[in-house]
Amino acid sequence: MSVLGLYVPGTGPLHRIPAGPKLLALLVLGVALIAVADLWVALTVLVVALVLYPVTGLGARRALAVLRVLWPFLLAIGVFQALFVGAWTEGVRLCAQLAALVLLANAITLSTRVAEMLALFERLARPLRRVGADPDRVALVLALTIRSIPMVAAAWTAARDGYRARGLRNRPHLLVVPVIVHLLRMAEATGEALVARGIDEDSESAHR
Amino acid sequence: MLRLEGVSHSYDDRAVLRGVTLDLAERRIGVIGANGSGKSTLARTLNGLVLPDEGRVSLGEWDTRRHARHIRRRVGFVFSDAANQIIMPTVVEDVEIGLRSLRLGRAETERRVNEILTRHGLADHRDHPGHLLSGGQKQLLALASVLVTEPEVLVCDEPTTLLDLRNTRMVHRTLDGLDQQVVLFTHDLDLLADFDRVLVMHEGRVAFDGAPTDAIGFYTKLLDEDTDPGGRAS
Repeated sequence: MSVLGLYVPGTGPLHRIPAGPKLLALLVLGVALIAVADLWVALTVLVVALVLYPVTGLGARRALAVLRVLWPFLLAIGVFQALFVGAWTEGVRLCAQLAALVLLANAITLSTRVAEMLALFERLARPLRRVGADPDRVALVLALTIRSIPMVAAAWTAARDGYRARGLRNRPHLLVVPVIVHLLRMAEATGEALVARGIDEDSESAHR
Repeated sequence: MLRLEGVSHSYDDRAVLRGVTLDLAERRIGVIGANGSGKSTLARTLNGLVLPDEGRVSLGEWDTRRHARHIRRRVGFVFSDAANQIIMPTVVEDVEIGLRSLRLGRAETERRVNEILTRHGLADHRDHPGHLLSGGQKQLLALASVLVTEPEVLVCDEPTTLLDLRNTRMVHRTLDGLDQQVVLFTHDLDLLADFDRVLVMHEGRVAFDGAPTDAIGFYTKLLDEDTDPGGRAS
């Protein structure tokens, strides 16, 4: 798996389904789950979502990794419902719904290439041309947003290493300026690369 | 053929190019010079990333000022830090995105992408995150992402600066095997031995233009003068 938690190469059934039907199914299921609002339905969908990972070749480990990140939020929701609303079954239902939908959304992310997802968003954004929006640019912005995650991590790591190498401690606010400067430089270089590669085709004006 | 006519450019009040006039016709052209000599700005004028304050840069009938899009499709550009050139999360997606504006269709896009990844030894990494590749592989990916659009000319701005010797040799071999015209801006003088022509940039001007051995000799002498403890220059 990539560090972004994005596409995992594979040939399983989820990989073979196009992005559109997968996202539509998630949308329909999400709406139905909330509309029905039943504890046993929510628990059943959660079990199905958990089973989906090993069955489709994504591996149970990835499902557990999602739950490991999610459990503090689930615990907070459950405790809040039990203590302040007095309805622990409601808390369990909400937690099951949330966990199931996050697991299913993650399974779609893991089994769908970013390029395929962007092509879908580009198609969906086409009607916006009438109001002056550019679908290609919308897709590009999404791609760059995803791409910026490891860039931010790299900028943070570089600044933190420099901070430690100089023997500094207990003053983490000193990292803010170098991280921002690093990110601005990266953003400028990426913008230049986009123009150089002809990806931002509308940009006829060059950098000066 | 790339042609520069009286090209001058300044950043604020600092002149970085001063009346450069060149015809770049040879298949392999190297450009060397110290930091601040105007190399990178000169490189960026060649595909319209920088528009000169004065003068004209053209490729055939196209001019970078008026036809930047056409020029960029014909003049590919590779930067020294490949990491900044990688835009998409995976190798295959990054190569593909360069072809989107060409609207080639799915089959032709796949054919070109597969061919370029295989040719540059990246086929086994097609689904890997680009930013997790080694330095040399990142630079190969940057090259592949540009070459997939089949430019006529490839401009490389210090592509080996961040690489170790092994990866430098790998990039050198790759550049050596290309059909395209290559204009290589570099500090790595060893890469230029087989080149047809080498230019030496100094203080925004082309200070020497000739065969690699002569150009490197001239550049070395220039550096010796600049670092002379007697202080004859700078």
